[in-house]
Amino acid sequence: MKLKQLESLLGDLQQFSNPKVELEQYPTGPHIASRLLYTAENSFDDISNKVVADFGCGCGTLGAAAALLGAEQVIGIDIDPQSLEIASVNAEDLELDIDFVHCDISKLGWRGQMVDTIVMNPPFGTRKKGADLDFLSVALKVASQAVYSLHKTSTRDHVKRAALRDLNASSAEVLCELRFDVPQLYKFHKKKEVDIAVDLWRFVPKKS
Amino acid sequence: MLSSNIKGVSNGFPLKIEVEKVVEKQVEINHDFLRNIFQKIDWKAFFDASKVMGFAELPEQAPDPSVLESDLEFLRKFHHALLELHLEEGALVCPETGRKFPVNKGIPNMLLHEDEV
Repeated sequence: MKLKQLESLLGDLQQFSNPKVELEQYPTGPHIASRLLYTAENSFDDISNKVVADFGCGCGTLGAAAALLGAEQVIGIDIDPQSLEIASVNAEDLELDIDFVHCDISKLGWRGQMVDTIVMNPPFGTRKKGADLDFLSVALKVASQAVYSLHKTSTRDHVKRAALRDLNASSAEVLCELRFDVPQLYKFHKKKEVDIAVDLWRFVPKKS
Repeated sequence: MLSSNIKGVSNGFPLKIEVEKVVEKQVEINHDFLRNIFQKIDWKAFFDASKVMGFAELPEQAPDPSVLESDLEFLRKFHHALLELHLEEGALVCPETGRKFPVNKGIPNMLLHEDEV
């Protein structure tokens, strides 16, 4: 599948109808989602024929993109039941077979490296400090091959240090810097739309 | 969903399955994937789960990985149990505490109550 085609399919997905600020729900735009998955597949061979999990899947954009690129099994996990409902409608619309689990990522009880690849757009930790690294910590315990994640560019050094020193990563690499456009979703947003600089990371977990 | 093998829970594995409704979906068979996932599966848990879901044609003992290359019939059954059977309604039950995690519309609810954290 071509990148443009992927982006356009993702553009048709439903997004949060009633976003919850405490969970930092921001939709992952089709531009970023398509590039993340396209790079994972074409540069690293981490998607097709693999078991892929989407952590904090929200409306399921990243998981859907993984399934479109040929992941054999996709598991979307989120704490918010309303998001999961939208995500399963999205999967159905695209005729994709995705499994969803209603769970708090930090309480996920998987035994060891049960999935190959994790893709995620975690909460950036602006409302709840450290939320992004909590996600990363769990991801690096249950993925055997790679973890793709978005983090604010302003936290680059911190993310790298924490991943390598504390979170079981054997390598942590910024693949590119992207603009994450945050539309005016919440009342406390004063501007119509803001761009935040985010890094697309690829982490490789240590072998268990 | 029959990836109960993938879904261990913090306080006990494997989760038992209570079935109310199972749905079957057709999925194309993918040999590379089956080979890859075979090594990761806890066979006993997988065997028990398949049986509860109404599919009893798998061998009780984990077969030698060589059957993946030679036995098409086995591959088909393995594929069916793993990917084509989905628990639509029912529950996953913690073997240690008996705590039930309900499954609605195919989505298991693994959220814990405050006193369980």
